[in-house]
Amino acid sequence: MGRISLTEMEEGSEGSVTSIEGGHGLRARLDAMGIRPGVNITKVSGQFMRGPIIVRVGTTQIAIGFGMATRIIVEV
Amino acid sequence: MVKKILLMGNPNVGKSVIFSRLTGVKVIAANYPGTTVEFCRGCIGSGASKVDVIDAPGTYSLEPTSPAEKVAVALLERAIEEKDTIIVNIIDATNLERNLNLTLQLLKKDVPVVVALNLWDEAKHIGISIDAEALQSILGIPVVSTVAITGEGIKELVTHLANAKTGEYHYVDEERWHEIGRIVDKVQVIKHKHHTIGERLGDLTIHPWTGIPIAVASLFLLFFVIRFIGEGLITYITDPFFDSLWAPVMMRISVLLGADSLLHKIIIGQLIDGSIDFGESFGILTTGLYVPFGAVLPYILAFYFVLSVLEDSGYLPRLAILLDNALHAIGLHGMAIVPMFLACGCNVPGVMATRILETKRERFIAATLMSISIPCVAQTAMIFGLLGKYGARGLLPVFVTLFVVWLITGNLLRLLVRGESPEIFTEIPAYRLPHFPTLMKKLWMRIYSFLREAVPFVLLGVLIVNLLYALGAINAAGRAIGPLTTWLFGLPFEAVGALLMGFLRKDLAVGMLAPLDLTMKQLIIASVVLTMSFPCIATFMVLLRELGITGMIKAGAIMLCAALLVGGTLNLIL
Ligand SMILES: Nc1nc2c(ncn2[C@@H]2O[C@H](COP(=O)(O)OP(=O)(O)OP(=O)(O)O)[C@@H](O)[C@H]2O)c(=O)[nH]1
Ligand SMILES: [Mg+2]
Repeated sequence: MGRISLTEMEEGSEGSVTSIEGGHGLRARLDAMGIRPGVNITKVSGQFMRGPIIVRVGTTQIAIGFGMATRIIVEV
Repeated sequence: MVKKILLMGNPNVGKSVIFSRLTGVKVIAANYPGTTVEFCRGCIGSGASKVDVIDAPGTYSLEPTSPAEKVAVALLERAIEEKDTIIVNIIDATNLERNLNLTLQLLKKDVPVVVALNLWDEAKHIGISIDAEALQSILGIPVVSTVAITGEGIKELVTHLANAKTGEYHYVDEERWHEIGRIVDKVQVIKHKHHTIGERLGDLTIHPWTGIPIAVASLFLLFFVIRFIGEGLITYITDPFFDSLWAPVMMRISVLLGADSLLHKIIIGQLIDGSIDFGESFGILTTGLYVPFGAVLPYILAFYFVLSVLEDSGYLPRLAILLDNALHAIGLHGMAIVPMFLACGCNVPGVMATRILETKRERFIAATLMSISIPCVAQTAMIFGLLGKYGARGLLPVFVTLFVVWLITGNLLRLLVRGESPEIFTEIPAYRLPHFPTLMKKLWMRIYSFLREAVPFVLLGVLIVNLLYALGAINAAGRAIGPLTTWLFGLPFEAVGALLMGFLRKDLAVGMLAPLDLTMKQLIIASVVLTMSFPCIATFMVLLRELGITGMIKAGAIMLCAALLVGGTLNLIL
């Protein structure tokens, strides 16, 4: 059990979003796509060299830029 | 009094297909978020009961993050103000929860709403069932299930428009997601299915170790398929048609007109060794018809067929993710490959599609880059025709140069253009087998727009070229600018006409090089300079609209400098 960012999550593992470390703009954007505290999130894959992180939330797959992903904190 | 119907929903839920079904107006639909970037109007009914229907870009929420989303939200605001509009909120039934987020926001607005649960077939297919009636009674507005691509449920949707109601579903904003969760629990049942083989394969295309080799292989494959279809059509259909059927007719007309008349010059052009050469004669009915129909159309068909398959399969967003890092090098993010791909067909939709990028900086970089270094398929087809006989030795230098220019210019723009470039943040749609009839409709639409918008320009261009030659204007221009192009690019005076004609149609401009007996090196340089120098008039107009005057002037200056520099360099090193 521990709190890590999306980027540190292992591929294929599941976690629950605990917080989003960013301003209103970032939170609103993530929220509109269904990423918000309390939601279950599965990391599908990362990419080479700090490329985007691909996650699954509910039935949707989403690609998130690396920087943005470091601000999404997950409890695994 | 209802006068308008506005289609709203998340991106990629089938709004444009439903719009086409309702109005008969054909618009492009594709399996990635952000296909529609500008609203489009049509109508249903007739006489007094006639109503406008508007297809809007998709948006995830009522707080827009890109210009395309702004368009959608602005349309909604107008609709609320004018009180004459029904909103048809289209929902992706395979993503009910996320889609209801927008629905609940719409229900807070003072505007009547009807919900269409689209992609019903896909939902069933993956084991999701939704009780539409229960949803209807919870939300208090009509809910209709639809399958846009087959037309299922569209009639019911139209009948239910009369029952559209302003939402009476009350909730506290902070509780929206809880509210949605409660609704979803009540109306949706997901039969848990194991990962299908398709999904497993799908995952392979997104993991870097497997995805990158697959991407490289598929891009090569696509290129060869395009080349194969294009050349096949030319060799077996258009060339035989022009050579054995059209040429004799033209020879008759040539005899009738008499080889020295001005009319002959305009209609048939020059006879080459006593016969017609569709590449070089340069009359309206010879080269004027051969360029668009004989040389370009086969490639338009080939390219748009492949592009449409690519678009509808859902592969583009995956490619965007794999290439994201590469695009960071030029100040963009992965989704910028969508406008870049479209630009390979025609720069006009390419520039339009830059609206899916969030900031002004990205849009300037993307639009400038594509107009500098991405030739449209019409021009590419002509370059293939001209340099194809030298094989890779003739073709590679052109396209490798353009690619290098794309990279270097992009890098410079990233360093020089101020502003922000946000990171990629996009939904990855499910893979779907392209629906063949829908694909063919789209292909036909694109061919039709080429026939309607490009062919007249080519014919007009040939006419203008012939008149200017007859008036001596092109030779005068050649004498004036010629010394510069000869010194800098090693091109003869006669090539100046072609360079200038590039402003009208680039395919025709490349065609004008054919009669000049240029060497391979000269053809390479001319092709590169023509691509880079200045956009054709159609592209110029959208650039002007999308970038504004100052943006256009900046972009134009960059293009001109880059063209001079690269053309000159090629002349030195080749
Ligand atoms: N199987 C299936 N496919 C559909 C259905 N409706 C639309 N599609 C496909 O889904 C994709 C997206 O459709 P569009 O009409 O472009 O979606 P849109 O909502 O206009 O998307 P944006 O313009 O990007 O906001 C296309 O490839 C369509 O062919 C449907 O009911 N069933
Ligand atoms: Mg659309």
